[in-house]
Amino acid sequence: MKVLVPVKRVVDANVKIRVKPDKSGVDLTNVKMTVNPFCEIAIEEAVRMKEAGTATEVVAVAVGVSACQEQLRTCLALGADRAVLIETDVDIQPLGVATALKALQEKEQADIILFGKQSIDGDNGQTGQMFAALTGMPQGTFASEVTIENGKAYVTREVDGGLQKISTSLPVVITTDLRLNEPRYASLPNIMKAKKKQMDIFTPEELGVDVTPTLEVLSVEPPPVRAAGIKVESVEELVDKLKNEAKVIP
Amino acid sequence: MSTLVVAEHDNAELKPVTLVVVAAASAIGGDIDILVAGGGCSAVADEAAKIVCVSKVLLADNDAYTHQLAENIAPLVAELGAGYTHVLAAHTTTGKNFLPRVAATLGVAQISDIIGVDSPDTFKRPFYAGNAIATVKSSDAIKVVSVRGTAYDGVAAEGGSAAIEAVTSVHDAGLSSFISEEIAKLERPELTAASIIISGGRGMQSGENFKLLEGIADKLGAAIGASRAAVDAGFVPNDMQVGQTGKIVAPDLYIAVGISGAIQHLAGMKDSKVIVAINKDGDAPIFQIADYGLVADLFQALPELEALL
Repeated sequence: MKVLVPVKRVVDANVKIRVKPDKSGVDLTNVKMTVNPFCEIAIEEAVRMKEAGTATEVVAVAVGVSACQEQLRTCLALGADRAVLIETDVDIQPLGVATALKALQEKEQADIILFGKQSIDGDNGQTGQMFAALTGMPQGTFASEVTIENGKAYVTREVDGGLQKISTSLPVVITTDLRLNEPRYASLPNIMKAKKKQMDIFTPEELGVDVTPTLEVLSVEPPPVRAAGIKVESVEELVDKLKNEAKVIP
Repeated sequence: MSTLVVAEHDNAELKPVTLVVVAAASAIGGDIDILVAGGGCSAVADEAAKIVCVSKVLLADNDAYTHQLAENIAPLVAELGAGYTHVLAAHTTTGKNFLPRVAATLGVAQISDIIGVDSPDTFKRPFYAGNAIATVKSSDAIKVVSVRGTAYDGVAAEGGSAAIEAVTSVHDAGLSSFISEEIAKLERPELTAASIIISGGRGMQSGENFKLLEGIADKLGAAIGASRAAVDAGFVPNDMQVGQTGKIVAPDLYIAVGISGAIQHLAGMKDSKVIVAINKDGDAPIFQIADYGLVADLFQALPELEALL
């Protein structure tokens, strides 16, 4: 079984981002970029499927600028067999990514497509489900456990208030939640090996797709700043303030 | 201009977040219809018909929709939604699951997790864990939008008298089936609906110690939350997580205990009306946004707090 893992290049989760003074966007110059954490969980799950003998090949794919090759190399070092970059300088949005991936899937014919549930920059949480819609595949979103058995996928999903178990036919789209696994670190020998692994680069035009966005970002602003309040000296003072000043407890 | 709101429910009751989505629809303007899709959910449609400013309730009552499987719900919403200028749903795990599928089926973008409506085609939404707010304009013919549960105050649940119309088309894709559900039995209010929340972080040191929060939560009628650090450490289950990738909450009172205040956590709770932080590290970033900060050892402060309430 072939597993396709779309990954996104994002700002490192530990970076405190700054909005540009002209409100045109977020300042990303000289900022550390990484594989989106949820996509890393997806890669890990795919590699574990291969180690367990469920999967035969793991292909990592990114849609974006040329520099995404760095993140794809990381995925190769983590255990992906080969990588594909669909290269574009367009500020691509989820529907565009899903459309480009659909064109790739027509070539790759993967059985399991493992997405992260959301990217920590865009916070859209759309791409996996959109890809599933465009390809007519079932989806197991926000997965905390995945089993592939007898030609079916069994997915435990993290839903508001608890867990839901579903089964789906294959091929299937899975999107990963936090508790699915804990990703490994790439070892130095694997980082070296990754440099020699195959990476193909296509443009959206070569795949015959249009990835022009339909959403225009008019402005980007920092959120309203919440001012710090006061420090209280004791629990008594805290309870008194909450009762008599903030009036939020009886 | 007309909006289709997809109701959130459990086949028995309408979820209050639907009222918030209707409020967002009112901010857009035009007629508002509500779709209630489920199995044996006519009571929900009756409830939806009473919501103010709703013109019509569409009831799609079929076994295929009982468990809100995205493969079945999305084509239904896309088919009906094609007749509207806007399709709205809540940005909950249910809405997040099926709505992007609707948007892609209609061949349009989705605007996720909006916190405000500037005009019928322009919306405000947070991204980068709430560290930036984008104003986004859509050029699509149909705007597919998910609404943050804390974006608006919900409209009145009573006062309307909309007609209920049955939807006959059935979409059963046969791609997926429901097996089971484990919904935690809550003796306390749900996180997203609670007016008081007390959350624990890594400083709690163990799942066992979350009991210290329970006594206080019981006295205040509060929900209990957690930071991602506490979930990652295995103290508590993921559905208690408040933050960028967990639940977004805005209660009247949020008490953060042993939580340092990573930006990802702040993204989930900084719109709370009053924030209290209890942490032994006086330099913890949580104090920068707390209305009331108490620098103290939580293992001493919590029993004291419980005794004083």
